[in-house]
Amino acid sequence: MPPPGLSAQDLYTPVGEVRAPVALDLFRTQVRLRRFEKRAYDLFLQNLVKGTSHLSLGMEAIAAGFAAAMTPEDYTFATYRGHAHTLARGAPMDAVLAELLGRDTGLLHGKGGSMHLTDVEHGMMGSYAIVGAHLTVALGAGWSARYLGRPRVTVVFFGDGATNIGAFHEALNLAATWRLPVVFVCENNQYMEYTPIRAVTAVRRPAADRAPAYGMEPVLIDGNDADAVFLTASHFLGRARAGDGPALIEAYTYRSTGHSRADPAHYKPADEVAAWAKYDPLDLYRRRLLDGGVPAAVLDEIDASARQEVDAATAKAKAAPAPGPDRLLTNLWADGGSSWRN
Amino acid sequence: MAELTYRDAVARAIAQEMARDERVVFLGEDVGAPGGVFKATPGLLERFGPERVRDTPISEQAILGAAMGAAMTGLRPIAEVMFADFFAVCWDVVANQIAKARYMTDGQVSLPLVIRAANGGGLRFGAQHSQAVENWAMAVPGLKVVAPATPRDVIGLFAAAVRDPDPVLFFEHKALYPAKAAVPDGEIVDSLGTAEVRRQGDDATILALAAMVPRALAAADRLAEDGIEATVVDVRSLVPLDTRTILREVAHTGRLFTVEENPRLLGWGAEVVSIVAEECFWKLDGPIVRITTPHIPLPAADFLEDQAIPSVDRITDTIRAAMKS
Ligand SMILES: Cc1ncc(C[n+]2csc(CCOP(=O)(O)OP(=O)(O)O)c2C)c(N)n1
Ligand SMILES: [Mg+2]
Repeated sequence: MPPPGLSAQDLYTPVGEVRAPVALDLFRTQVRLRRFEKRAYDLFLQNLVKGTSHLSLGMEAIAAGFAAAMTPEDYTFATYRGHAHTLARGAPMDAVLAELLGRDTGLLHGKGGSMHLTDVEHGMMGSYAIVGAHLTVALGAGWSARYLGRPRVTVVFFGDGATNIGAFHEALNLAATWRLPVVFVCENNQYMEYTPIRAVTAVRRPAADRAPAYGMEPVLIDGNDADAVFLTASHFLGRARAGDGPALIEAYTYRSTGHSRADPAHYKPADEVAAWAKYDPLDLYRRRLLDGGVPAAVLDEIDASARQEVDAATAKAKAAPAPGPDRLLTNLWADGGSSWRN
Repeated sequence: MAELTYRDAVARAIAQEMARDERVVFLGEDVGAPGGVFKATPGLLERFGPERVRDTPISEQAILGAAMGAAMTGLRPIAEVMFADFFAVCWDVVANQIAKARYMTDGQVSLPLVIRAANGGGLRFGAQHSQAVENWAMAVPGLKVVAPATPRDVIGLFAAAVRDPDPVLFFEHKALYPAKAAVPDGEIVDSLGTAEVRRQGDDATILALAAMVPRALAAADRLAEDGIEATVVDVRSLVPLDTRTILREVAHTGRLFTVEENPRLLGWGAEVVSIVAEECFWKLDGPIVRITTPHIPLPAADFLEDQAIPSVDRITDTIRAAMKS
């Protein structure tokens, strides 16, 4: 069954098959992301996550599928909607949640916050809050990997809205011209903040329809099908790793919540919301595993342990101290300080 | 010792650093095969090859984004922005991405990169190809800002910039490209954040940057004919700023003049003057005077442009008048 609004012919059909351990891993990652994002939302409502937060609820299959297809050395670049990608690459949940709460134990000691999650040790090269900017930064990661002879692929995630900003086009053109090992992934959740992407875009498929302009194949996949994401990712990462150049993948999905903060998303038509509620990636995947003979108890156990992990991370983050005032003036420069004069 | 133009010093500086460190790569528009639109980078492609010296499309965001991504993953890129005016089309990458990455990640990300740009006026290029924009960069925390005035400094400060672990914006002055001076042979490495006293006097201290340095020196020679002996300080580096040298030289003469090519409001001299006013006020014997371009876009016609940018005449007359009153 294709996602609401698409027919089967629209979709790229990946080849290959997902083996049982990978399938369980895909399920586990999606569950962890789901539990984490729900908790992040609750904590926002409690004013413990301050400022803003952008959730990937309903979009977890993309982060899970790509992360499973990547090697530990590969690079991820994400947007401000980056909790899922950061966790999926292996960043410790305690530190991610603490960062959302602005605690000293946070991934960035409170200096980045929800929109800038970064964990270089796990290949998570940053979350970028200016739409489109990081597509160009990803180019350099691809260039250096090739220059230094490292078999690393860079995967850069962005929204449908980013396909209409200049940096998108500059990045795709340069990536294609230099045949860089970069995989561009448009998470088409069909909305920018509040405006549907189709209302402001010259083509129906905002990323896939632009691919031929840069000499790339148009690839539209079901972003709510973790297997399809994983297999497609494996294929195009493999190509990039072999030196066959970049790819642009449009993963069709839906964010089941608002854009940010506590946005109630009243601008979304009720029938659309209802159709997508029946196409939830986690529900679909659970059903697929059950149909494939995985005992419900195994899946329930995975869910229980994800809940425990999130509860423990929450307790830890709440108990953690705020960053001390000494953090304020550190790490502007490589010498650790922020001095601009002698 | 050889006579070298400022333009030739650029190519020598880049070659010096690329030969020393394989991680140094260079990208920009027309920099490789054509040798740069100002002919400041000839021979580099031939010497270092197409993977290290890359001609790019006209995509300033992609150029600087690629430099940033390469820097954070192990290279030490040099990126060229053809005219400094074009920073306006990629300022997001400079001000939001490059400048902030280390602080936002509390040190996880390092960006050892240099962005070179041809800056400043005097070539009758009109308002969009003539601006002196060092002060744009100076206003953003996280960027180091350098502007050499001599061929020797082009090499020494450039080497320091490439070896620096932080992002440096390197403003070459396009009116200085033909300027010639003797430059020592062999490797030259200077340090960022150091001003140079170019002339010593007891009566007035003139601070100048890039193309304003030779003008300030010429004005000082004329003032000497009237019995006014001026110190001329080449500021060289706006961030970090050598306030120690500046405050010392201002305290010595008791009079401060800045010569700035930027338009008036919030030019680099405004910050320097505020520091002097706070920390050196009681050493002053008279008002501080800023000599700047008026707060206008630069006109194209030679006659108008010459009136806009501080000239030797204007610098001399302004200082002479102020010293008399
Ligand atoms: C250059 C820029 N313009 C506008 C914004 C404000 N903004 C933040 S998120 C957003 C919507 C982006 O939509 P999309 O690319 O589809 O990503 P999504 O939020 O749906 O994941 C906008 C307009 C911004 N951050 N950067
Ligand atoms: Mg969107």
